[in-house]
Amino acid sequence: MNTDTIAAIATAMSNSGIGIIRVSGEEAIHTVDLIYRNKKGERVLTNFKSHTIHYGFIYDEDEIVDEVMVSLMKKPNSFTTEDVVEINCHGGIVVINRILELVVKNGARLAEPGEFTKRAFLNGRIDLSKAEAVMDVISSKNEAALKNSIKQLQGSVYKKIKKLREDIIFEIAFIESALDDPEHISLEGYTDKLYGKINDLIDNVNKLLSSAENGKIIKEGIKTVIVGKPNAGKSSLLNILAGEEKAIVTDIAGTTRDALEENINIGGISLRMIDTAGIRSTEDIIEKIGVEKAKKYVEDADLIVYVVDSSVPLDENDFEIMKLIENKKSVILFNKSDLDADISPDELKDKIKDNAVVIKTSTKENTGIDKFEEAVKKLFFSGSISFDDEVMITNLRHKEALQDTLFSLKQVKKSVEDEMPEDFFSIDLMSAYASLGKIIGEEVEEDLVNEIFSKFCMGK
Amino acid sequence: MELREKVDVCVVGAGHAGCEAALACARLGLETVIFTVSVDSIALMPCNPNVGGSSKGHLVRELDALGGEMGKNIDKTFIQSKMLNISKGPAVHSLRAQADKAEYSRAMRKVLENQEHLTIKQVEVCELLWQELKDPNKKATKKITGLKTFTGSIYECKAVILCTGTYLKARCLCGEAIDYTGPNGLKAANYLTDSLISMGIEMRRFKTGTPARMDKRSIDFTKMEEQFGDERVVPFSFSTNPEDIQIDQVSCYLTYTNEKTHEIIRNNLDRSPIYAGIIEGTGPRYCPSIEDKVVKFADKERHQVFIEPEGLHTNEMYVGGMSSSLPEDVQMAMYRTVPGLENCKIVRNAYAIEYDCINPKQLYPTLRFKDVEGLYSGGQLNGSSGYEEAAVQGLIAGINAAQFIFEKEELVIDRSEGYIGVLIDDLVTKDNFEPYRMMTSRAEYRLLLRQDNADLRLREKGFKVGLITEDQYNAIVCKKNMIDNEILRLKNVKIGASESNQKFLEKYGSSSLKTGVSLAELLCRPELNYNILNEIDKERKQLPDDVIEQVEIEIKYEGYIERQLRQVEQFKKMEKKKIPFDLDYDDVPSLRIEARQKLKAFHPISVGQASRISGVSPADISVLLVYLEQKRK
Repeated sequence: MNTDTIAAIATAMSNSGIGIIRVSGEEAIHTVDLIYRNKKGERVLTNFKSHTIHYGFIYDEDEIVDEVMVSLMKKPNSFTTEDVVEINCHGGIVVINRILELVVKNGARLAEPGEFTKRAFLNGRIDLSKAEAVMDVISSKNEAALKNSIKQLQGSVYKKIKKLREDIIFEIAFIESALDDPEHISLEGYTDKLYGKINDLIDNVNKLLSSAENGKIIKEGIKTVIVGKPNAGKSSLLNILAGEEKAIVTDIAGTTRDALEENINIGGISLRMIDTAGIRSTEDIIEKIGVEKAKKYVEDADLIVYVVDSSVPLDENDFEIMKLIENKKSVILFNKSDLDADISPDELKDKIKDNAVVIKTSTKENTGIDKFEEAVKKLFFSGSISFDDEVMITNLRHKEALQDTLFSLKQVKKSVEDEMPEDFFSIDLMSAYASLGKIIGEEVEEDLVNEIFSKFCMGK
Repeated sequence: MELREKVDVCVVGAGHAGCEAALACARLGLETVIFTVSVDSIALMPCNPNVGGSSKGHLVRELDALGGEMGKNIDKTFIQSKMLNISKGPAVHSLRAQADKAEYSRAMRKVLENQEHLTIKQVEVCELLWQELKDPNKKATKKITGLKTFTGSIYECKAVILCTGTYLKARCLCGEAIDYTGPNGLKAANYLTDSLISMGIEMRRFKTGTPARMDKRSIDFTKMEEQFGDERVVPFSFSTNPEDIQIDQVSCYLTYTNEKTHEIIRNNLDRSPIYAGIIEGTGPRYCPSIEDKVVKFADKERHQVFIEPEGLHTNEMYVGGMSSSLPEDVQMAMYRTVPGLENCKIVRNAYAIEYDCINPKQLYPTLRFKDVEGLYSGGQLNGSSGYEEAAVQGLIAGINAAQFIFEKEELVIDRSEGYIGVLIDDLVTKDNFEPYRMMTSRAEYRLLLRQDNADLRLREKGFKVGLITEDQYNAIVCKKNMIDNEILRLKNVKIGASESNQKFLEKYGSSSLKTGVSLAELLCRPELNYNILNEIDKERKQLPDDVIEQVEIEIKYEGYIERQLRQVEQFKKMEKKKIPFDLDYDDVPSLRIEARQKLKAFHPISVGQASRISGVSPADISVLLVYLEQKRK
C-alpha cells in the first residue's frame, strides 16, 4: 500500500525564523504523538480535534529538542486527504533536521520529491494543472510568478480550458447528431457559423499561447545577455543592478573571461542576467572560448543589453555585435557618458536596426539605470505588467498541448475553406478537444503522471 | 427416461444473431444444434424490410469480411439497393437494400438446412445446465454443461450461445390490447429468464415497436415522391460478383405527416401504453415511435414517412417512420391524415413489444458471460436493436465459443478496427438504458472504418479464425498490393507543365500548372478524379474498380487519414495495457470508492476499457497506470 507515512521539511532550507516539517499518512498522528508533549509534559496529541494548532515541545527521549506549534489536519480534509501533522519549529538547519530525523526514527519515511502533491493528486484532491501549479508555487522566483501560480492553483487555467473544451464538444455533438438524424437536425448554413466559431477558438488559444511567452518570462525570468566590446562597462552594469560586486571590474580589457550569471529583480520582473566576455577578435585561447560562448548566449537570449563605450570610436567589433543582435529584443546602453564622447547616440542609431532603444548611461556614476529598467518593462509587457485578470500558461507541457490544439483548429478551418463534407470536421475537432483535455487532466496520457511528479521538489 | 444428446454447441434462437452464431460454429467443424420456437420463422424480419443503412451497412460488410452470411443472403434476396450519403464523405457512405422478407427468410433457412454439422430443432429451451467451478485461476464461478428443452430433453454441450431476441417473456401492446406473444404472434419463451436469474444473471426489460403494414391497393402513390434504387448496384458481400445482381428494382415512396396527424396523436397520448405507464421497458431513443417524435420534436411541422414493399409476392407495404403502440382506432385515424394514405387499409397493426434482456456489462468483449465459462450471448438479448447489430454479435459469439472449445485465442475487434468493435465495446462497457442502435457518430475513427475497406480491415482476422478460405485471403493480399503499388506509382509519376497538360486541366476547370507535379497531387484536386486523369496518365494499367476506389480515397484524404491514424495510435496504447484478471482493486491505493466498486464489479480487460467505464475518472486511470507500472517493476 502506498499510504505509509511520509515526512519532509516543507520550508526552504535556510536559517530562517520558522521551519515546518510536514508528516502525512495513516501513522502521521501516532508518529508525532511519540515525540510531542504539551507544556505539562503529557502525551496528548491523539486527543486533539482536526484543524487545531497546539503549543508544546518536541522530545528526544527525555531531552527537549525545540519549542514548537503542532497543527493537526485529519483525513480527508487535508492537502493529501490523509492525516497530516505539521510541526512548526525554529528554523535553524540543525534543529529542523534533528526533528525530521526523530519523525523518521518513529515510523515515517522521508518523502520522495513531490510526494505530498502526488498523493493529493492521486487522492483526487487536486487536478493535474493544480498539481503542476503547486510545483510552480514552490519554485517561483518572484512575486509575479507566485501570483500566477496561485491563480493556477485556484483553477483559472482549468476554468478557461474547460470552457474552450465545452465550446468544441458542442460543435462536435451538433455535427454528429446531424449525421445520424439528418431528418431533424439540418447542417444547412452551419459551416459559416462554424467558421466564425473556429476563428474565435483560434483567437482564444493564441491568447493563451502568447501568455505562455509572458508566463515563461514571469516564471523563469528574462534571459538577458550583456554584450559589448571589452571594457565597455558590462560587468559594472551587472554589479550596479545586482547591488554587489559579482564581477571583477578592472580597467584592463578582457578581464571577464567566462560568463557570469545573476538573478536581478527590477520592478517585479526577474532578469536572468548573463555577463559575457567582451566580443573582439582575439588570440588568447581562454578568452576566445569566452567570446564563442557569448555568441551562443546571444542566440538563446530573450533580451540583449549591448553596452557601447561612447568614448571610443566604433570599429569592426561593434559591427559584428550589431549583426549578431539584429533579430533580438535589445537595449543599447550608450555608456561612459561621463567621459567625452567620441560618438553620438544618433550615429549609433543610424547603424543599427530601427527598434533598438538607445539609452545614455554611466555605470561609473550610476546614471540612466532607471531609464534602462523602464525600457525593459516596455519591451516585454508593453509598459505595464498586469497579472490580475490574465490567465498565464507557464508550463511547457501546457504550451505544447496548446500548440497541438491550435494546429488541429487550423486544420478544421482549412477543411471548412476547402469545402470538405462536414463529417471531416470532427476528426480535427476531436484532436483539439483531446489536446486541451491533457492540460487539465481529463485525458489520460501514458506515463505523464510519473513524469510530472518526478519534477516536484522535496517537501510539498 | 428423458432424451439425452451430446453435441458441441447449442444456439438458442434462430434470428439474425442465432443464424450467424450457428453457421460459424458448424463451419468451424463443431456439432451444433440451433433451437427455435418455429422453424418457419428462421431469420425472420419482423420489423423493417431492409438490411443496412447508415452505419448498419458498415456492420454487414464487416460481417461479410469475417465470413458471416447476412451480406450474401441479402445479395440473393434484395429488391432495391441504394448507397446512402454519397453527397457526404466516404466515411459515411452506407449501403442499404430493401429485402423480400419471405425470400430472405427462406434463403437463410436453406443455407442452415444444408450446412454440415448443423441441426435445426424446433422446441423451446427452458433451462441451462451448469456446474460450480472452483478453479482459483479462473474468474468464472460456473461452467456451462448443457441445456434442457420444454419437452424435457437434455442436450449436453461445451458451449451455449443465447440469441433469444425479443422472445423472453415477450408481450405485445396495441393500445389497450395486450397479448403475451413474441413478434408476429409467435410463441413467447417464458421459462428461460428464471433459469438465467437463478444463475445470478442480471436481467432488464426493454421495449421496441413496429409500424403498421398496409394493403398496397389502398395507397395513392401519386401523392408521394417515388424513391428509386441506384442504377448500378453495389453488392453487400465481397464474394458477390456485381454483374450478377444488376436486377430490375422496385420503388419505395416518401410522404410526410402533418399538423393534423400530430394533433390526433397528442389528443390520444393517454391511450398510449408508454405514456400511460403500462409499458415498463425502455424504448430506443434513436428509433422512436411516432408518439415519441411528436413529443420530442414538438416544433417540427412534419416527419418523413417511407412506404416500402415487404416483398415481391405480397401487397403488404411497410410504413417506415410511424411505429406506434396507440390503439387500433387511433392508428387508423392518424395514418389516414398522411397524404396518400387517406383510404389506407391496415393488414397488420402497429404494436410495441416488451421483452427480457440482460445487462450486457456482464459480458466480456468476447461476448462470453464473465461469470460463466462456455456461455455466450448475442443480439437483442444483449440490449441492442436491429438485424445487423444482432447478426454481428451472433457471429462474434459463435466464433468465440468455437475458439474457446478449440482452446484458441478469442477474437476481439477493437474500436479502431471496426464498427463491430465499437458496438460490442459500447454494449459491454458503457451504461445503456435503452435498446442500442449502431450510429455513425459512435465510431470515433470512422474515416478508417469505411464500408469500402471492410475487407482490407477484417479478412485476415476471418482467415485466422477459419471462416475465410485461403483463396479469399490471398485475393485480399493481392488487392492490398495493387493498391499500395498504384499509390506509389501515382506519387512518382510527374506531370510537366506542357501545353497539352494545361489544356487538359483547363478542360476540367482545374488551375494550370506552374511547375511539374505528381499525379497524386493532381488527384487531390476536388474537380479531378482517377478516371479523368486517364487522359494524361500514359503508363496506367487496367485495375479493378475496387482497387481504384481505395487508391482514390487514400490519396484524396491522405492528411485526414494520417491524423486519424495518430489518434488510433494513442488509443491503442491504452488498449494494449492489459489488466491481469486477478488484479485485486483493494490493493490499488487511492482509488476513489466509486471507481473501486465499478472496477471490481466490472473487471475490464485493459486500461483502455477501464477508462470508458462511467464513474471511472481520468484521475482514477492515472492511479491505475501508476499502480500497474509499479507492479511491473
